[in-house]
Amino acid sequence: MKVRVRFTKVGRVRWTSHRDVARMWERALRRARMPVSYTAGFTPRPQLSFGLALPTGCESVAEYLDIALDEPVAPSELAPRVSPMLPEGVDVVAAAVLEPGTNSLQEDVSSCTWEIRVPRVGAGELEAAIGHALVADSLPIRRERKGRDVVDDLRPSVLALSCAGCDADGAHLVAELGTRPRGVRPSELAQALGVELGLARRTCQWIERDGSRWEPLRADPAGTAVIWERAS
Amino acid sequence: MTSLWPRIEPLLAQVTKPARYIGGELGARRPMHAPGRVAWLLIYPDTYEIGLPNQGLQILYEILNERGDAVAERAYAPWTDMEAAMRAASVPLFSLESSLAAGEFDVLAFNLSAELTYTNVLNLVDLAGVPVRGADRDASHPLVVAGGHCAFNPEPLADFVDAFVLGDGEEAVGDLTEVIGAWGATGGESRGDLLRTLAMVPGVYVPSCYEPGYQGGRLTGVTPRAPGVPERVEKRTIADLGEWPYPKQQLVPLIEVVHDRLNVEVFRGCTRGCRFCQAGMITRPVRERPAAQVNEMVRDGLDRTGYDEVTLTSLSSADFSGIGDVVSTVINDPECSGQVSVSLPSLRVDAFTVGLAAEIQKVRRTGLTFAPEGGTWRMRQVINKLIREEDLYAAVDAAFSQGWRRVKLYFLIGLPTETDEDVLGITRLAGACAEIGRRYHHNVTVTASVGGFVPKAHTPFQWFGQNTMEELRRKVGLLKDAARGTRGLTLRWHDPEATAVEGLVSRGDRRMGAVIEHVWRHGGTFQEWSEYFDLGLWTNALDAAGLDFVDSVYRHRDEHEVLPWDHVSAGLHRDFLWQDFQEALAEHGLEDCRWTPCYDCGACTGLGVEHMVASAVPPAGGSQGTGQDLVSGGTVPVRFLETVGASMSLGSTRGRAR
Repeated sequence: MKVRVRFTKVGRVRWTSHRDVARMWERALRRARMPVSYTAGFTPRPQLSFGLALPTGCESVAEYLDIALDEPVAPSELAPRVSPMLPEGVDVVAAAVLEPGTNSLQEDVSSCTWEIRVPRVGAGELEAAIGHALVADSLPIRRERKGRDVVDDLRPSVLALSCAGCDADGAHLVAELGTRPRGVRPSELAQALGVELGLARRTCQWIERDGSRWEPLRADPAGTAVIWERAS
Repeated sequence: MTSLWPRIEPLLAQVTKPARYIGGELGARRPMHAPGRVAWLLIYPDTYEIGLPNQGLQILYEILNERGDAVAERAYAPWTDMEAAMRAASVPLFSLESSLAAGEFDVLAFNLSAELTYTNVLNLVDLAGVPVRGADRDASHPLVVAGGHCAFNPEPLADFVDAFVLGDGEEAVGDLTEVIGAWGATGGESRGDLLRTLAMVPGVYVPSCYEPGYQGGRLTGVTPRAPGVPERVEKRTIADLGEWPYPKQQLVPLIEVVHDRLNVEVFRGCTRGCRFCQAGMITRPVRERPAAQVNEMVRDGLDRTGYDEVTLTSLSSADFSGIGDVVSTVINDPECSGQVSVSLPSLRVDAFTVGLAAEIQKVRRTGLTFAPEGGTWRMRQVINKLIREEDLYAAVDAAFSQGWRRVKLYFLIGLPTETDEDVLGITRLAGACAEIGRRYHHNVTVTASVGGFVPKAHTPFQWFGQNTMEELRRKVGLLKDAARGTRGLTLRWHDPEATAVEGLVSRGDRRMGAVIEHVWRHGGTFQEWSEYFDLGLWTNALDAAGLDFVDSVYRHRDEHEVLPWDHVSAGLHRDFLWQDFQEALAEHGLEDCRWTPCYDCGACTGLGVEHMVASAVPPAGGSQGTGQDLVSGGTVPVRFLETVGASMSLGSTRGRAR
């Protein structure tokens, strides 16, 4: 059986990498004595599949992981057993059994919602930058790929932008960014908008199906979430 | 005491591997600082990934935090990008647990595992906001303490470290805590008083209480400046490892580090007697942990950490009396259900060990590593690594036949009496191993990893003049040529320039301090990292100090020359070491004294402790001292000295009747 888990990554642990998170999970599942399935062969690996990588330094309340298990485990049991074994800031917030034949997270997720702090600007300033970006035909950014500088157009992946107010430290940006052909990073959006990047937090991952948006698993501490339940 | 975290976190976005600086490991403590509690900052002077697994540091971390009168936190050397960011933002060295400034601690305690990290020690003291030279510190500054294997020649760091601890630290840290605590309780005004009191603690060497003398550019001795200070500082030794089941809660890092697995120390000390090996000489005698305790530590450790791999650590784990029992207990444990692998560092070269490895590496069969160290039997007799060619071939055959495809062989070049034939023996041996492998597999790799030999303090080779970097380069060239045409053989070698500098610092006297400081002041940190190692800095520093490689490194010392570490003792008699050196030059091997009569090296008798070995008989199928007929080992048989009756002079007590 397969279980899909939704978990958080907040606080200091945000400075760990995607790979580090994978290793944390492997150890936590062993410590919690979860009957995780292993691959066959010379180097057996636990069968875990993670969704989109979260850039190092970003927080998230919407990370996902599919776990293959040799024996059935009630999803409601998972959070209380595994969360204490995970580092501070990484907590299971929902779990559900996956229907056989469900697509992988990588195949299904097409966009993410981000809440991004933009330091040292007011709401008006941020709104102006958003306005420019949304009417632009293209949003070129420079990034390094395989040691070479390339220019990418971010515009097709910027699905929605809005300003959610401001405080003494700066303004709050809410963005929905596409993940195909590759996930746009908050740092790249900040570059395109010409603003500084503060703390960025992924709040949702979205699956497009039949013209509507779904979360891979709704956050539900009771652990009884149903997959594919309509989320918006 | 205030947390620096709000000033640290903004720097993390600017640096590589930011998780090096966040702490939060499983097993990390958040100790309560309070007046009356001596605050230790335990520092490993290399990156987090190298330093975190260090078991010595973790053992002391737990022991100190269990005490009511101490707290301990940790720090590692920030990488160059983080250091630059910290200096730009005026953020000092900080502790991982509470993000406290290093300067707020009572003690900065360094683990010295490698000589090339010494410039990092200075850098970290400076980053802590503490004057790098001990003479410039006052009562407001933390005490700078160091321990670890390199402390057995403390002189190169004598100007920078207030007190060295020699030998096992388990008990010594408690003694230090009490002395420092008592000094603090009485106002803690005179640093000189504190240092003089510390100098009386067994195993503690306080360099400022000793004066080096020189004549004609040579050291004439290092002698006490004040009455009551011991002329010779003896190392500390814990008698029973079973009383110290540490670490009980090994740290599990959030990021990948070296040796990223559970480590359980099965014994300390080694009496194989490899003459190049400082660790084997300075950690005597052998003290085994009871097998039942090892089993318990493995089971608890795996449960607690979630690791799927455990290493049984020691200087030669296949020699552990309970090895078969421990291994079968772990791999047959239903809880582990075939998903836990066991590894032994430094396998002994024999088929028994490979059989053991086959049993334990059912899960993940990657590569096997053996350390013949010398290319010819003659060379191996000189260094007392009595592995026959047949032993190696049998071991390699066993490995390849049981499914391994990669074998790594460790060798040293630049050993005493070495000829080009000995050097070329390395590629010949490794090539023959590759050929054996091809009987079983189409594609096999044999890697010969070649290091330049650095003579170390308190070993029989401490008098030997190290090969020059040019000579080592020439020998590497010979090997490269020979390896070129050899199928399946990969050659790796250590940079001869770094080897020369390691030699400089390993056997230097107090004058080497100026060289280390010069290199550090000119930006030379992370010298053990090839991307930062800079020979030019060291040559300039030597020039400035009026020293050179020839006299400091390449020169043979004679029997009576005063050595910079003569005033500290690892328990070994100097004449035992000299005699063993002479036997080396005469190509005489020596059996392991765990299972044969005593050679009176001095470790057991002098320290009043004994080998603690569970088994009275050596392990099956081993090499020297393990039932092997050494005479058949090669064309030159091993000879043992004649026995000359019951009351023998020191030199001949080492003989053994055959």
